[in-house]
Amino acid sequence: MSLLITGAVLPDGTSTDLLVDHGVITELGSGLSQRGAHHVDAASLQALPGLVDLHTHLREPGFEQSETVLSGSRAAAAGGFTAVHAMANTSPVADTAGVVEQVASLGEQYGYVTVRPIGAVTVGLAGERLSEIGAMAQSRAAVRVFSDDGTCVSDALLMRRALEYVKTFGGVIAQHAQEPRLTEGAQMNEGALSSELGLAGWPAVAEEAIIARDVLLAQHVGARLHVCHLSTAGSVEVVRWAKARGIRVTAEVTPHHLLLDEQLAGSYDARFKVNPPLRRAEDVLALRAALADGVIDIVATDHAPHPLESKECAWQEASFGMVGLESALSVVQAAVVDSGQLSWSDVARVLSRTPAAIGQLAGYDAPFTVGAPANFTLVDPTARRTFSAQQLHGKSVNSPYIGRELPGRIVATVHRGTATVLDGELRPEEEVAARG
Amino acid sequence: MKHLLSVRELDLATAVGILDLAEDMADVATRAVPKLATLRGRTVANLFFEDSTRTRLSFEAAAKRLGADVITFTAKGSSVSKGESLKDTAQTIAAMGIDAVVLRHPASGAARVLADSEWIDAAVVNAGDGTHEHPTQGLLDAYTMRKTLHGDASRGRSLDGLRVTIVGDILHSRVARSNVWLLQTLGASVHLVGPETLLPLGIERWPVSSGTDLDAAIAEGPDVVMMLRVQSERMRAAFFPHEREYARQWGLDDARLARLAPDTMVMHPGPMNRGLEISSAAADSARSVVLDQVTNGVSIRMAVLYLVLSGGAA
Amino acid sequence: MAARTVLQQADITRALTRIAHEILESNQGSSDLILLGIPTRGVLLARRIGAILDELEPGSGTVGELDVTMYRDDLRAQPTRTPSPTRVPVGGIDGKTVVLVDDVLYSGRTIRAALDAINDLGRPRAVRLAVLVDRGHRELPIRADFVGKNLPTAVAERINVKLFETDGEDLVAISESPTSDRDGRA
Repeated sequence: MSLLITGAVLPDGTSTDLLVDHGVITELGSGLSQRGAHHVDAASLQALPGLVDLHTHLREPGFEQSETVLSGSRAAAAGGFTAVHAMANTSPVADTAGVVEQVASLGEQYGYVTVRPIGAVTVGLAGERLSEIGAMAQSRAAVRVFSDDGTCVSDALLMRRALEYVKTFGGVIAQHAQEPRLTEGAQMNEGALSSELGLAGWPAVAEEAIIARDVLLAQHVGARLHVCHLSTAGSVEVVRWAKARGIRVTAEVTPHHLLLDEQLAGSYDARFKVNPPLRRAEDVLALRAALADGVIDIVATDHAPHPLESKECAWQEASFGMVGLESALSVVQAAVVDSGQLSWSDVARVLSRTPAAIGQLAGYDAPFTVGAPANFTLVDPTARRTFSAQQLHGKSVNSPYIGRELPGRIVATVHRGTATVLDGELRPEEEVAARG
Repeated sequence: MKHLLSVRELDLATAVGILDLAEDMADVATRAVPKLATLRGRTVANLFFEDSTRTRLSFEAAAKRLGADVITFTAKGSSVSKGESLKDTAQTIAAMGIDAVVLRHPASGAARVLADSEWIDAAVVNAGDGTHEHPTQGLLDAYTMRKTLHGDASRGRSLDGLRVTIVGDILHSRVARSNVWLLQTLGASVHLVGPETLLPLGIERWPVSSGTDLDAAIAEGPDVVMMLRVQSERMRAAFFPHEREYARQWGLDDARLARLAPDTMVMHPGPMNRGLEISSAAADSARSVVLDQVTNGVSIRMAVLYLVLSGGAA
Repeated sequence: MAARTVLQQADITRALTRIAHEILESNQGSSDLILLGIPTRGVLLARRIGAILDELEPGSGTVGELDVTMYRDDLRAQPTRTPSPTRVPVGGIDGKTVVLVDDVLYSGRTIRAALDAINDLGRPRAVRLAVLVDRGHRELPIRADFVGKNLPTAVAERINVKLFETDGEDLVAISESPTSDRDGRA
């Protein structure tokens, strides 16, 4: 099927029509027409390159009651994503070529998004010995990002070896920076509020100390480091310092750390329990500024689905994590676009081009050019909606935004030339799978 | 009052009102028949996910003196100990027709979660949630201070100007938290003393003064010295090096007892570690109001149960 | 909602004086007599009657306060009521003649609660009831021994008793109730 998009506003602010055929953009300009093409009137809609998430938990294999590759892919497409990187903390853990190939091929089969598996750094995420990094890199899944996300590679020697070893395959380690001893039993950001609420504190230093150690290790061995979900002003300063010294480090922030702060824990509503925890309001401001000035390279969702019973309980018994694929762009708009800190062109950079570059995902370096793969999304930035479970398409509903008013609405998403979302609705599985 | 989850919900008038009501409840105990039929036909569920025989018995006695029926779920010997969730247990007892739940839970905020949930529409009384709060303990402590100070002329009074020093493991103490905010509401000033490791981060934003020197705090001549229970697992988690060192630095020993003014109240929420945070002489001295605290606990809990259970279409 | 005054200050004083005399007469003297007022206005009336008794027979006006809140049968239907203290004169009520004093007798439920409360306090020789106004509409087999004024009323009407100590004037008035619920004056 060919697609004709008319009147879309590109990230640079110019308007254009787009013609899509056989998975690529075949024509740009005004007054385009094509017989038989499905026409999408995009007048006043913002076109963005297909969003790329470097940090998604798809839960399959092992935790299919929370999410599957299919349900997570649909959630991603509904949020404007055309590629997601699936974290390794599944069961079995993605620490062998077999698991990563299975996840990648499921993604391929469903066709809503490109699913790029992330390989575990250590066997079983146990932090003891390196997993089959080479085998995963050379598998059909061609894994390039390795992470023990959910746990920190806290052993300094193991981290050094991992940083060195992935260089062999051009990979990158994505570190979940959390010093384990400093965060034993930790429940929320440590400070006056955690003391009042009687919830065990999660000190900022537990994150900052690991990032500081890791950037020095990366410098020492000349490796690339990616820091997952930065959450404190201190972490920003460490990364800023490292970048100034020429250390090859990239950093990500989640949408929720750009919008929400620790005060929400005061309700003891476990939907707001997340790892790393929501921080102080001043941390939120520092993260926004760092995203705007480039110290933080990308936004990644850390989409973490959990079943109802993991959240309908007392705070300290609840699981960490929030779903975020469907809300990500709206939250970024609310936090940094509507305030003028980021332009739509910046959004294209932090949610598409740079995460694709870090994940070494081809086809995202020159979007909206003739011959480029047709991965893009159309957004109505003027829409406002009260976010509800209706907007969630995954298997879990642990969103912190339910009941909150958010700006922006995804009108259409196109993955490799196939519409996965049209008129704000997901396209049926058979249709997407057949064409993808 | 629909629930009692935190003392921070209580303004001065309400707090004094509860203490006054507890005076009336205490009078009941002195009557020929120390029992009322006020809550006849109503059922109170004691839901204890964490063992606390004292608190459970105190609530049981309070409910029974008001004529309510009491059913008790405790951690030992029930599905609670087999990992049944708060939600499932709450729904189970809701199905039995319960008017109020007295909840003790190891997780901070559990009472709030239960009250905010739609699992049950009964009144919820927080009987201790993790390291957060223990509101009825705070109330009974305030009641004990007021009664010791003013005797029969207590009704209507706040604790204006009273100087209270609380000593020990502030960080993990729900008793300390409930006392800090309730005493502040009642007009008392609070001083917290303990090792730096057991003083919460951000304490400078609490409505208290704090320090690490117990001798200096005693030299200030406080009206009340409240000793908190110290748990030995804290030692293993490196909060302090050794029990002996703790007792030497922060224990109310005989020498420190001797330096207290004769009318200084010595309090302890119990159970006491004699010889650790408090010496036997201090615990048994004329200054000690530890047993009064236990007695007053029943009156306070009667008052609270009456308030959460009597209101209809308010 | 026009209020109609039915008792003035002089009427109230006269009624209380008569009640005091009747109490002495029926008790055949002042021995072992205790007046228990029901808060709030019953307590004030009991004190006034007690003062009159003291003038008639010095030492005869022993007055206490009896709170019945905890004995009410309508706690679930009403907003939470704050109890008042119960104060029983030294020596208790065992073997004494207790005269309950209230301002208005209506359904009789307050008096039923008061009898339960007395039951928990001890065993009096006899219990009598004195009220300033009996407005009828009893729901229980209860009657007053001493009545200041019988005042036939409609259910929709409201009896408003004002006493100098709390309201700055002595007055009993009848008005139409804005709603016809049977509120506190039971």
